[in-house]
Amino acid sequence: MEIFFQQIVNGLVQGSVYALVALGYTMVYGILGLINFAHGEVVMIGAMLALSSLNAMLGWGMPPLLALPLSLAFTMLGCMALGYGIERIAYRPLRHAPRLAPLITAIGVSIVLQNLAMMVWGRQYHAFPQMIANNTHTLAGAIINDVQIIIFITALAIMAGLMVVVHRTRLGRAMRAVAEDQHAAQLMGVDINRVISITFMLGSALAAVAGLMVSANYGLAHYYMGFLLGLKAFTAAVLGGIGNLRGAMLGGLLLGLIESLGAGYIGDLTGGFMGSNYQDVFAFFVLIAVLVLRPSGLLGERLAERA
Amino acid sequence: MTINQKSKPLLAVLAIVLLLLPFFIDALLGRGWVRIADFAMLYIMLALGLNIVVGYAGLLDLGYIAFFAVGAYCYALTGSPHLASAFPLLFPHGIHLSFWVVLPLAALLAGGFGVLLGAPTLRLRGDYLAIVTLGFGEIIRIFLNNLNAPLNLTNGPQGISRIDPVNVAGAPLNATQQILGVTLPSVHLYFYLFLAFTALVVFTSRRLEKSRIGRAWMAIREDEIAASAMGINTRNLKLLAFAMGAMFGGVSGALFAGFQGFVSPESFSLMESVMVLCMVVLGGMGNIAGVILGSVLLALLPEVLRHGVVPLQQALFGKMIIDPESLRMLLFGGALVVMMLYRPAGLLPSRVRRRELDTDEVAETV
Repeated sequence: MEIFFQQIVNGLVQGSVYALVALGYTMVYGILGLINFAHGEVVMIGAMLALSSLNAMLGWGMPPLLALPLSLAFTMLGCMALGYGIERIAYRPLRHAPRLAPLITAIGVSIVLQNLAMMVWGRQYHAFPQMIANNTHTLAGAIINDVQIIIFITALAIMAGLMVVVHRTRLGRAMRAVAEDQHAAQLMGVDINRVISITFMLGSALAAVAGLMVSANYGLAHYYMGFLLGLKAFTAAVLGGIGNLRGAMLGGLLLGLIESLGAGYIGDLTGGFMGSNYQDVFAFFVLIAVLVLRPSGLLGERLAERA
Repeated sequence: MTINQKSKPLLAVLAIVLLLLPFFIDALLGRGWVRIADFAMLYIMLALGLNIVVGYAGLLDLGYIAFFAVGAYCYALTGSPHLASAFPLLFPHGIHLSFWVVLPLAALLAGGFGVLLGAPTLRLRGDYLAIVTLGFGEIIRIFLNNLNAPLNLTNGPQGISRIDPVNVAGAPLNATQQILGVTLPSVHLYFYLFLAFTALVVFTSRRLEKSRIGRAWMAIREDEIAASAMGINTRNLKLLAFAMGAMFGGVSGALFAGFQGFVSPESFSLMESVMVLCMVVLGGMGNIAGVILGSVLLALLPEVLRHGVVPLQQALFGKMIIDPESLRMLLFGGALVVMMLYRPAGLLPSRVRRRELDTDEVAETV
């Protein structure tokens, strides 16, 4: 039973990060109907920028409590610029092209980002600096540390903030209008290009936070971390119903739970034939299962249409 | 295209040039480049296989390398002593089936995997399909990496070595052979073997393209609903496209395993899938000549970079600043973006594709 609670805790923490990244996918999909394949790489760049800026600031002797928000702000700005650039270069010129064209440019962009990151930061794993005394607590037999608590609470707070932005502000109304019907929104005086750019920037800011969180949680960052994380977050978005913000959050948390419980129990289930090294397979099976059984996801309304 | 009287001499000249090519390459550039040419032909076969799925049927498959892996491991397991370690009682020396027995099996098995992947994904829209196939490719790789315990099936990340070479008429191709007084080193022999297979693949692709099936695939690519309204069984035809493409991949995988004598999961990463896709996109989706051009260009590019960029950097800066591997990937990524923006139909576009992409009507609404 202790394993069970431990896996629940791990799953929720990991899931909240998935949810943040999944929101980026789902917002872009909701508005443009396009899978932003390069989103995972934005998370990776976020992790790398956060790491470098933190190390630099700590190196200057800045107190950790000042360095962390500063580097977070720097990282978010950097990722927002990146998200804006990706949209302008790879997606905007192809807005009316066949569906596969922007997907292929997105793959190209992710390859470029990955290799640029490899040139700048090298192939090695980077250790995340430890800044707070990472106390551990025991909760119903499960161990949880301060970093995990901070990650979980921050993620929930950011999601709540995003809901407020989308549902209570003028900008949010414009975003929902564009998602509903681009042409009609344009006729009502919404500046579509601006809304789309802002959506990309919002998603990238969330990705920046997620990147910081992932590397803080595992203590590591790597130029290749974005690919798998992006794929899993996309799965989370599909699981919850792509295009649906609440769905992305639910899907993220659920996927985190499925993964960690799956990894915890797969050994028992298969009689020791498969171990926790199959953890990454779960997300893909979930993805395929959802797309086959309920393509609209848990909370989605729209059905997957034709190609 | 039917071969008319006019193109016959041209074809004969081409055949002679290709037959003499390994000797030219050997004399001018060295034997290493013949090996590179061998790999280029493997890539041509792979790209033509993917071209069936992406180019003809319009289904974006990002996990194509998985079928290559299936073919390669199929021959690696049945043509090496490896299985002796997993089933010492059943196969004390491994299986060691002849390559020619395994080849159809590998094709069938890969085709089966193609259907397995295709069946649940048929109803999906193009971009979903891309992600699912990508996931499928990763699943295959994760399994290859981890199926070494508790039963050592794939030998994990170390891969399987000591795979038997391909035998033709009782002569193993991994040794120098004398044929009609001509001395042919191993890479030349494999060159001719691959050339024969490539010719077969080109021929099959060509016949498929002009056949009823090929036209049906293109109809599905252009407009699936209209195609099914015209009485095309879209489900079966899409499955067939997946199966055919996968079979080509399986065949080239088996050839790869026999040629290398060694396979490991590392050769079947996502980047390889992307690279094959790049070949198809760069050359011109749906056009055989374009795909061949794209494959040759991209297969040679890393070698050219290795031989050109490294000395150039050393001459200019005195040291290596960008290693050729990441430069290659950077160029790939950049090329994908630039191609899609400025020449979406590829270097040698197929006529139908060009027509399709030139229409500036809004392709579809969400």
